[in-house]
Amino acid sequence: MLKVSSNPHIRSKDTTSRIMQYVVIALLPATVFGVFNFGLHALLLVLITVAATVLTEYIYDRCMNKKNSIEDFSAVVTGLLLALNLPPKAPLWIGVIGGVFAIIVVKMLFGGLGQNFMNPALGARCFLLISFTSIMTNFDCDAYTGATPLAAIKAGESAPQLLDMITGRTAGTIGETSMIALLIGAAFLLVMKVIDLRVPGSYILSFVVFILLFGGRGLDINYILSQLAGGGLMLGAFFMATDYVTRPITKNGQYVFGIFLGIMTGIFRIFGPSAEGVSYAIILGNLLVPLIEKVTKPTAFGKKKPKKEAA
Amino acid sequence: MSDRNSEAKQSSMEVFFNGLVKENPTFVLTLGMCPTLAVTTSAVNGLGMGLTTTAVLVLSNAIISLLRHIIPNRVRIPAFIVIVASFVTMVQLLLEGFIPSLYSALGLYIPLIVVNCIILGRAESFASKNPVIPSIFDGLGMGLGFTAALTAIGAVRELLGAGEFFGIPVINNVLGLFTTVEYVPISIFVLAPGAFFVLAALTALQNRVKRKMQEKGQNVDKIQSGCSSDCASCSDSGCAHRFVDVDGAPGSVADAKADRKKEG
Repeated sequence: MLKVSSNPHIRSKDTTSRIMQYVVIALLPATVFGVFNFGLHALLLVLITVAATVLTEYIYDRCMNKKNSIEDFSAVVTGLLLALNLPPKAPLWIGVIGGVFAIIVVKMLFGGLGQNFMNPALGARCFLLISFTSIMTNFDCDAYTGATPLAAIKAGESAPQLLDMITGRTAGTIGETSMIALLIGAAFLLVMKVIDLRVPGSYILSFVVFILLFGGRGLDINYILSQLAGGGLMLGAFFMATDYVTRPITKNGQYVFGIFLGIMTGIFRIFGPSAEGVSYAIILGNLLVPLIEKVTKPTAFGKKKPKKEAA
Repeated sequence: MSDRNSEAKQSSMEVFFNGLVKENPTFVLTLGMCPTLAVTTSAVNGLGMGLTTTAVLVLSNAIISLLRHIIPNRVRIPAFIVIVASFVTMVQLLLEGFIPSLYSALGLYIPLIVVNCIILGRAESFASKNPVIPSIFDGLGMGLGFTAALTAIGAVRELLGAGEFFGIPVINNVLGLFTTVEYVPISIFVLAPGAFFVLAALTALQNRVKRKMQEKGQNVDKIQSGCSSDCASCSDSGCAHRFVDVDGAPGSVADAKADRKKEG
């Protein structure tokens, strides 16, 4: 019969691999646009990274005498997300090292899919960012030279046209530039009920509020939109913060998680030394998930809320 | 009498290897994590830190063991710290005078040796309960075990994070023989997260070796007791294997050993 996924928050009859396949499909517009935008090297990088994650998981399973877990497609999603987070001209071995790190250190050592405390793709991205800073922050390529829109805004230089940011014709990582392509994928996931708007909605909303309060530009629509479209926020909010394993299970917890991410991203972007902060915000949020779940545990039906005991 | 001495000597060697391998302070006891994680950015730093700590540990173990009947039980911790701090100050001045490069590389972590839990831990659980000679060997074994661990961690981190081994760019030298490719250092390994990665990996490796040894039938228990738990934290004070000279009799080490031999 149908194999039902073990996680309690999936109410459909979808299997893990079906869900993961939906995510892959949803990421395709952004991937295709990235390849179209940045050229064949980007395609090669995506393929190599996905191959690295899948192969690593297969070899690890074989070596550790575990059940082969590559057919759940989660390694493909990890590889694809990681590749979309790489600069277009990054050398191919970057993808391989990142893929191996994501699968072995962040995912498999903690027990595989469902046990990892941190999004593997983001963990690997931060590992690469710290290890190979100059490669990972060099967004020069054939089509575009110079800084990403966010870095340009941060440095006070003239940012690219807003329309370019929304369509994605700017410098950046392979998958993050096109807001439209990412939103098409996100809409697909929402329609298929793979994700819901609780985490991304509260994330983006709280981020906008934070920018309004502390961005120093007031109600500048242009500035707010370029903060939304110019960096990795869309990719992070819809595809990485919504990862089933590393977001809170409880409904209220998901709102808390989203608001935390929004505030942290705002702090990193506005007060931090670097222009981007989505990935660090999400992995920090991932670490807080057990605590968030603990305080937002709903009371069971028919039970009274435990009163606070007088101290 | 001579028989007893030889027994004590043999167990001294066992005490020494206990600290070096079976009860390695870093990989088995996970003590002294602060210097382990902080100063092992290169093999030389790890070696320097380890040897400095070894010197302090041997001297403080010897003195504390000598004074173990004089120090009142209630104020033993402050007394230990005063003794350790005196030796640390001496070592610090010597380093500043003779090896200024190491002194500046280790920086703040030299005075912090005073509160290194290996030193206080060995004082509390070994030197204050055992005669001088075993205490010195315990300090030596623990110190060298610490040194070996720190040097290993430092070497791996330096190799991956900078492509060097004791300052020699070995990876590029080897690569240069075959290709013109240059090694791109994975600089996370010389930063704080790398210390955790390498420590965890080496501990896992160490556990695997230990398990293999066990499968081959070798005894990998800690020698202090047959129950492979630490005597200092054990509540069974009537345990026949307890490696503690309650009445200060120098022969108790040998006695405990003989007991264990009898029982096989």
